[in-house]
Amino acid sequence: MKSLDELKAIRDKMQNQVKLRGENSNSIRVVVGMATCGIAAGARPVLNAFAAGVQEKGLDNVTVVQTGCIGLCQYEPIVEVITPDGEKVTYVKMTEEKAHEVIDQHLVKGKVVTKYVLSPDMLKQ
Amino acid sequence: MLPEISLNILDVAQNSIRAEAGLIEISIAIDTTADTLEVIIKDDGCGMTKEQLEKVIDPFFTTRTTRKIGLGIPFFKFAAESTGGSFEINSAPNAGTTVRAVFMLSSIDRMPLGDISATIHALVTLNEERDFVFSYSVDGKGFSLDTRELKKILGDISFNEPEVSKYIRDFLTQNKNEINGGAVF
Repeated sequence: MKSLDELKAIRDKMQNQVKLRGENSNSIRVVVGMATCGIAAGARPVLNAFAAGVQEKGLDNVTVVQTGCIGLCQYEPIVEVITPDGEKVTYVKMTEEKAHEVIDQHLVKGKVVTKYVLSPDMLKQ
Repeated sequence: MLPEISLNILDVAQNSIRAEAGLIEISIAIDTTADTLEVIIKDDGCGMTKEQLEKVIDPFFTTRTTRKIGLGIPFFKFAAESTGGSFEINSAPNAGTTVRAVFMLSSIDRMPLGDISATIHALVTLNEERDFVFSYSVDGKGFSLDTRELKKILGDISFNEPEVSKYIRDFLTQNKNEINGGAVF
C-alpha cells in the first residue's frame, strides 16, 4: 500500500521551492467544460491531458480549471483559453491529441490553433 | 450515455461542486458475495427542496439556464436500475445531498467501473478549495484518500505541483490495483 509517508518526503524536498495554492491574475486560464455533455463527449481525458501537459512542461503561468455546460453541447468537449488581457479562444470537439497541439502551439508559443476554433458559422446552426 | 460508472460519478460530483459543497465523500464498495457494487456520493452542499428532489430524476428538469434538460442523475439512476440494482437520492435544503446507487456486479448490463483513479484525481486536483474523501473497498478490504490529511501534510504546497499530482495519481491507482488483486471491475 502506498502511504502518506512518501508525501511527507515530497513535501520536505519541496519546502524550499514552494509555490502557493491559488491563482495568479497574470495567468492564462484553460477552462474545460465538465458538465454531463462534456463528460459524455470525452472531456475527462482532455482535462487530464491539459493538466498533465501543463505540469510536464512547467508552464507556471497556466491554470487549468473546469466549468459547467456553456450551452453548446454539440461541440463538446469545449476548451476555452483565456489570456490575461481577457482575450478568449474557444476550441471545440477537443481530443487528447488536439490538447497536446494546443499546449505546444497556443500555451507555449502563443499561436492560436485556428483549425479547432469555434467559428461564427457553427453558432448559426 | 456515460459509458463508465466512474464518468457518472464525475458528473454527479459536479452537482456537489455547483451546490458549493465544502466536503464531498465518494465511496465505492464492492461485495462479491452479495454481488453488488455500491456507489455513495455525499456532500454538504446547499441541498434541494422537496419539489426539486421530486423532479431531479426527470430528464426534462434542470436548475441550470444554459440548456433545458438535465441528464446526469437520470443516466446514473437508469444505469444502476438496469442491472437489477437500486438508486436513491436524499436531500434537504442546507443539509446536503446523498446519492446512493447499487449495481448488480454480475449483470450483463452493468457498465464497467472504468478509470475511477482519473476521475478522483481530476476532482481532487481541480477543486483544491474543497475537500474530498474517497474510499474504495472490495469485500471489506480497502483504502481511502482524505484531502484534509493531504493538506495537513502539504501546508501551502499545491496539489498541482507535478510531484504532488503524480503522487496522488499513483496513490489512487496503485492502492486500487492492490485491493483488486488482479481483478477488474
